[in-house]
Amino acid sequence: MRDQPIILAGLAVFLVIASFPFWYNAATLRAAARPALQLPPGKQCVAPVKYMKAYHMRMLDSWRDQVVRTGVRRYTSPGGKTYDISLTGTCLSQCHQDRAKFCDRCHSYVGVRAAYCWDCHNSPGNAVRTAR
Amino acid sequence: MLRLEKTVSGGRAYRIWLLCLAAVIATGFACYLRQLDYGLAVTGMSRDITWGLYIAQFTFTVGIAASAVMVVLPYYLHDYKAFGPMLILGEFVAISAVLMCMLFIFADMGQPARVLNVMLHPAPQSMMFWDMVSLSIYLLLNTIIASVTLAAERRELPPPTWIRSLILLSIPWAVSIHTVTAFLYCGLPGRSFWLTAILAPRFLASAFASGPALLILLWLLLSKLTHVKAGGEAVRKLAVIATYAMLLNVFFVLLELFTALYSGIPGDAEHFRYLYLGLDGHFSLVPWMWVSAGLAILSLVLLLRPATRENHRTLALACVFVFVSLWIDKGVAMVVGGFVPSPMGAVTGYAPTAPEIAIAAGIWALGALVATVLIKLAILVRGGLAGRAAPLRAVDKNLLEVSH
Amino acid sequence: MNISRKTFVKFAALPFVALAAKGARSKPNGPRWGMAIDHRNCAKDEGCTLCTDACHLTHNVPTIPDARREVKWVWKERFSKVFPSEYLPARLENASGPVMCNHCENPPCTRVCPTGATFKRPDGIVMMDWHRCIGCRYCMAACPYGSRSFNWSDPRPHIRSVNAAYPCRTKGVVEKCTFCVERLDVGKAPLCSEACPEKALIFGDLNDPRSEIRTLLSARYGLRRRTELGTRPSVFYIL
Repeated sequence: MRDQPIILAGLAVFLVIASFPFWYNAATLRAAARPALQLPPGKQCVAPVKYMKAYHMRMLDSWRDQVVRTGVRRYTSPGGKTYDISLTGTCLSQCHQDRAKFCDRCHSYVGVRAAYCWDCHNSPGNAVRTAR
Repeated sequence: MLRLEKTVSGGRAYRIWLLCLAAVIATGFACYLRQLDYGLAVTGMSRDITWGLYIAQFTFTVGIAASAVMVVLPYYLHDYKAFGPMLILGEFVAISAVLMCMLFIFADMGQPARVLNVMLHPAPQSMMFWDMVSLSIYLLLNTIIASVTLAAERRELPPPTWIRSLILLSIPWAVSIHTVTAFLYCGLPGRSFWLTAILAPRFLASAFASGPALLILLWLLLSKLTHVKAGGEAVRKLAVIATYAMLLNVFFVLLELFTALYSGIPGDAEHFRYLYLGLDGHFSLVPWMWVSAGLAILSLVLLLRPATRENHRTLALACVFVFVSLWIDKGVAMVVGGFVPSPMGAVTGYAPTAPEIAIAAGIWALGALVATVLIKLAILVRGGLAGRAAPLRAVDKNLLEVSH
Repeated sequence: MNISRKTFVKFAALPFVALAAKGARSKPNGPRWGMAIDHRNCAKDEGCTLCTDACHLTHNVPTIPDARREVKWVWKERFSKVFPSEYLPARLENASGPVMCNHCENPPCTRVCPTGATFKRPDGIVMMDWHRCIGCRYCMAACPYGSRSFNWSDPRPHIRSVNAAYPCRTKGVVEKCTFCVERLDVGKAPLCSEACPEKALIFGDLNDPRSEIRTLLSARYGLRRRTELGTRPSVFYIL
């Protein structure tokens, strides 16, 4: 029991350090700047924006399974339009040309690495690129 | 209350041993981080030799894990009480060995972050899926058995009766883990070196020789380092088991050689030619193979003569020979030999790289660390027990000889 | 007969195999894609690598100088290695021809894959799911033809020019020829077959008796690699 004060002091130090970002922001009255997304003008997304915000990763997941595993390569949106299922060929080529201004902004804001999409998939901008 | 930190405190030599292990583990881990970042190109594996040291070591350590059955079976099925004090050692070695198996597989993965796909997308037609299942359950079985029996000992109570059914289950399970490991190899149509029904029995024979050899060595070492002074009878019996198993193993290897060489089918014979004579200018495994064969014969000479088998000094030497011989045979040659020559007839050299060896050594050191700490735990528990009241289980009579 | 027995074993083994087997079952009326390589046409230009080039450029297959770490989808191999024999006719003695994944009817690679990352499509194509592959290389040990390649390190530095329309691969996954599923699914023939100026690579539906490939195979004897293993390759060689 004689260790009790040391343990409690250690816990207190830990809590202070762990909560540092919260009270630092509160103390300096700084609200974090939300990322401004560059949306393509006058385009309609393959699904409602609200759905895409919350579930785009699930859609990408199911798209890749459809293409790779079942060979289904066309997608019909809730609005009845059909698209080629392709990250580079559809999402990036037709709307979000610059992934740095679209994908990366939110992903770096929330500190979520954009999976490893770009380890393999390419941006249409640099269609033919020499090796790094 | 037993404090876990006691398991890492001890004499100077003990602390140096733990530090050395920690250093080897740290080096291995650093090399693993490099492999994780750069890819498996840091190893010596290649297009034609797609599995190397890691999978070979995995195969060898599965055998060590399975061999615990060689003390559990006589004790529980034949009521052979002399193995009482050896039981917990066997179980702890099994636990450490299964951990090592899993780490070796993990180290071999190109995409380790996705390894749970094996569970998310189970493929029951794949032997690797069953290997994972059987190894996980074996680890679970041994952990439960060892911790429940040791906890009961600490409270000076007989272990609960339900544990006996788990122990009995662990006997066929031990055989199954090594059989499934053999099935990994022996069901591949294009790899004639492994395409042999005797692979599983051969694996088991080598496991039941190398495992007990390791247990004997550990026991002799423990009786030198600590005051554990029991089990002379157990050592004698284990030596007999190792002798028979080693004889069977050598016999099985000779059967393989006869079938491959007498039939003269090039696809079968060339793997052995590569291993024992070299092929197309690749001789790197040849000295290893002959050392393995020489040590196997020497170990049998020592083990078959009662005088040298019963003398602890020569027995220890024989056990080292068995272990090293089988480590070369199974932990190196078994896997590489199956890939050379390739199905296209290509003969490629393979030598593990420094990082590859460091990672494998790190895994071995981790296994040794886990085994050390667990054995220390057992000695602590039993040391306390011996200092107190009379034994509660006749079977643990030998434990009383553990003293301070 | 072979298929139904395999399916039976799969279903009998465990109930949840059903899910895995669903994708693998062959439709009796659907196509079974195959290729016939007419060596007499291929041999018209011994040094030609147009099939390899077309495939490797489009599919972002890296050119790795270290032969032990090579990644290959379609490449030329000497016939004496592919079909070992003696006293070959002079025109075959030093000849080589394209080899690739055989898209076996009974593929050992998909059988051993612990995650279903490689699987057989209903149209007979042995496919790779690079998102699911854990890089265990069991399929490479199982393939009797050496048709599979592993990415021992990041392939991108070895890709001369990236074709953005097709993904690259990451380090740690296995890859191989897919018979250009991305083209088949939109009604086009595989690239290697289209790239060959001599029309030496005849691609078509083996289940259709009137297809070009079947007509060719009924006129001339087609050899397959290592038939004794029971893998039933879909790639035929007409020597």
